[in-house]
Amino acid sequence: MEKRAMLIDYGYCTGCHSCEVSCRKKNDLRLDEWGIKVNEVGPQKFSNGKWEWDFVPVPSSLCDLCEDRIAEGSKPLCELHCLAAVIRVVPVSEVSSCLESMDKDKVAVYLP
Amino acid sequence: MEENAKWVEDLGDGVHKVRTCVWSPPGDHPVGCGIIVTVKDNKVINVEGDPTHPITQGRLCPRCIAMDEALYHPDRILHPMKRDRADRGKDAWEQISWDEALDLIESKVRHFWEVAGPESILTFTGTGREITMYSAAYCHAIFGSPNYCMVLSGGSCYGPRCTIANFQLGAGYPELDYAAYFPDRYEDPRWELPQYILVWGKNPVYSNPDGFFGHALIDLMKMGSKLIVVDPQLTWIAAHAEYHLQLRPGTDAALAMAMCNVIIEEDLYDHEFVEKWVYGFDEFAACVAEWSPERAAEVCWVDADVLREAARAFATHSPSSALWGLSIDTETNGVQAGHTFLAICALTGYMDVPGGITLARPSSFTGKWRYETVNSVPDEVRAKRIKDQQGRYSCWDAAGPGPLPDVTLDWLEMDEPPTDFKMSYWFGTNPLACMSVQPMRWEKALDKLEFNVVQDVFMNPSIMRLCDLVLPLSMSVEHAGIVMPHFGRNTHFLGAMNKAVEPLDSKSDVEIMLELGRRLRPELWPWETPEQFFTDQLHTAYDWGFKELQDDVVFQQPFEYRKYETGALRADGKPGFDTPTGLIELKASVYSVFGEKPLPYFKEPELSPYSDAISDEVKEEFPLVLTTGGRHISMFHSEHRQIPSMRALNPWPLITIHPETAAAHGIAEGDWVAIENPLGRCIQKACIRPVVDPRVVHAQHAWWYPEQSGEAPNLFGLYKSNINSLIPHESVGVTGYGAPYKNIICKIYKVDSLDAFEA
Repeated sequence: MEKRAMLIDYGYCTGCHSCEVSCRKKNDLRLDEWGIKVNEVGPQKFSNGKWEWDFVPVPSSLCDLCEDRIAEGSKPLCELHCLAAVIRVVPVSEVSSCLESMDKDKVAVYLP
Repeated sequence: MEENAKWVEDLGDGVHKVRTCVWSPPGDHPVGCGIIVTVKDNKVINVEGDPTHPITQGRLCPRCIAMDEALYHPDRILHPMKRDRADRGKDAWEQISWDEALDLIESKVRHFWEVAGPESILTFTGTGREITMYSAAYCHAIFGSPNYCMVLSGGSCYGPRCTIANFQLGAGYPELDYAAYFPDRYEDPRWELPQYILVWGKNPVYSNPDGFFGHALIDLMKMGSKLIVVDPQLTWIAAHAEYHLQLRPGTDAALAMAMCNVIIEEDLYDHEFVEKWVYGFDEFAACVAEWSPERAAEVCWVDADVLREAARAFATHSPSSALWGLSIDTETNGVQAGHTFLAICALTGYMDVPGGITLARPSSFTGKWRYETVNSVPDEVRAKRIKDQQGRYSCWDAAGPGPLPDVTLDWLEMDEPPTDFKMSYWFGTNPLACMSVQPMRWEKALDKLEFNVVQDVFMNPSIMRLCDLVLPLSMSVEHAGIVMPHFGRNTHFLGAMNKAVEPLDSKSDVEIMLELGRRLRPELWPWETPEQFFTDQLHTAYDWGFKELQDDVVFQQPFEYRKYETGALRADGKPGFDTPTGLIELKASVYSVFGEKPLPYFKEPELSPYSDAISDEVKEEFPLVLTTGGRHISMFHSEHRQIPSMRALNPWPLITIHPETAAAHGIAEGDWVAIENPLGRCIQKACIRPVVDPRVVHAQHAWWYPEQSGEAPNLFGLYKSNINSLIPHESVGVTGYGAPYKNIICKIYKVDSLDAFEA
């Protein structure tokens, strides 16, 4: 199977927690376990007067990128449910072109 | 399960998949999110987003993803239950059959009709749930009562905004244009991207209010829309806005008037639109001319230059759009705030244009039918509707579908009220934990009634304390229904709620309504099944029925822009707006009939640091401004406290305090904090963040503790964290609309634990 990576356009992540709960349901995880966890950076005011406040989901080693769903032609569950539509799982070979086309300054790439 | 229906896919081996749209219970507004439910042996084994749904496109919030925890929760009410009135407050419920429950209701209603008249029966409705489409019909067309009540002071939710929109635009709810009517959505060539979006008193990414899919805001931001956010809190969207106007809670009208002043004085308004379609411009302009940005800055605690720049940006980038939120409703001065907000949108010409604000006729389908059921109540009974005995609130009495909640409490508290009240019937409301101000007064008042009935999914403090009969409700995926975003007031699509599983011993709001209707007033209830009823509703506009909607799951309604040019906004088909002048009214024709001023004005909240209504000693003792009710995505009002994965996301009620204020009070993150003012006291947990002004604190609403003892006096910890204990009764506007849920005063201090609460 082709190796895949998770791209998160976290500049638009609103911290809705849908990825966390979806992953927990699918993998039958306990409440204190995470296949993906939303971390929070800020809110903080920089000296230029601008606020910075980011939510950054980070997949754990329990994440298998929903390979079973991808095999049957569906999106990974966190990607499907993400309210802000900021999660994408793509072949590693496409990561570079995805990043080129995204033209954003806040994107994280994971190989969980 | 239905054979050969397009919305069911049989996977064999007792497994099938159902496509449906959801509406609470469990809790949410009529967004009608698309889901695919997998069922095995009549049990839901998976819920996931439906990628083919045109609005939600597979996206789901965590409450829906955790639906299994609500459906199969051990505390769910599974059967009808009754309890002796003497046992109110005790866990002394007796399981009964549906026949016995409905017989009991029928015999009580007939008895009360006989001895005290239909007006002795009150109904109480909550917010947002599916029942809001049917509760008025229960009250009027089943119980024959004019007393369609709720407990929310000033009716401070949605009703004020809808009434303002009706008076000034003659239209339904004005909504951000997010191409929701178009099957191709943002690809539709008719649509344009809003350049700026003015988000006023609203955090839609966590609340999906009234049918607006909140994360559409993120879609638009990604495409380039910029935000202007008016909010006392730095929300995530405020932190990502071009302009954040962090106003003092309750000063919206002053801020809006100053923005209008900038737009008019700097000649940034849309002359052509104003000339053709706006009434009262000159007088409105003279009125707001008194509000310089500097004056507003002083009142509202915002920066005058930021106010000016935000107004300029909004007015000079066409098209732009705007969203108004609950905070317009939750202030005594809210009618004027809403009035002026609409003026900003009218002056700039953004009404009903691509990328602006969509408009629609004021009501449609069940949203129209529900209030017309009042015509089944005879005039002499309607004359007995609860109303203020001094003749105040005539606007509410003319426009509101039921009595003003504050006056309802006044009447219930009387030793000898004009009506000998006997019974109440509750739908989707947990009135003591949510909605009511001064909940201890409501507790005593409702306890005077002989017979209190509720239909709901979980036990809650209000039911435990006050009800005598409980009917178990089925949840969204257990029954058939129709989702109507905006309750028929600007409904971009009709969604089918398709039944995925057979409920065990519960029924839907519509099923109970039809059964009770046929028993009590059969002449008004010709429908044998919910499906027949839905088909009749659809036939008011279309020649197809419920079965067709079920197959399609979603039907997006046709839409045209600039309906004021074509006559589609008016009942008589003439161009213009359905107001007395045929124009958008900046000077409102109807208010003076009701003793209200036709032009906006600013009034200090009754309990504020600058109020003339309270003494300097009180202001000194309670120096902080308290705002409440900001949403957390995992909870819908008082719901979800017992859903494990939702509670884990927001385990305790939080009071948000600025770091400087917390330090000055010796409060550390996670400390228990008492919040107190002359009206009441409660306890929440400190969340210390620089997202509020140091002079402002924010407290969450509707908290109770399902894990604690439910019996009286604890009642699941009903009063421990109940922020509404601090909100005044009947501090409402001249019209009756608007109450200060989000703008009062308080002091805070550290306490040892949640148990430091003593009523």
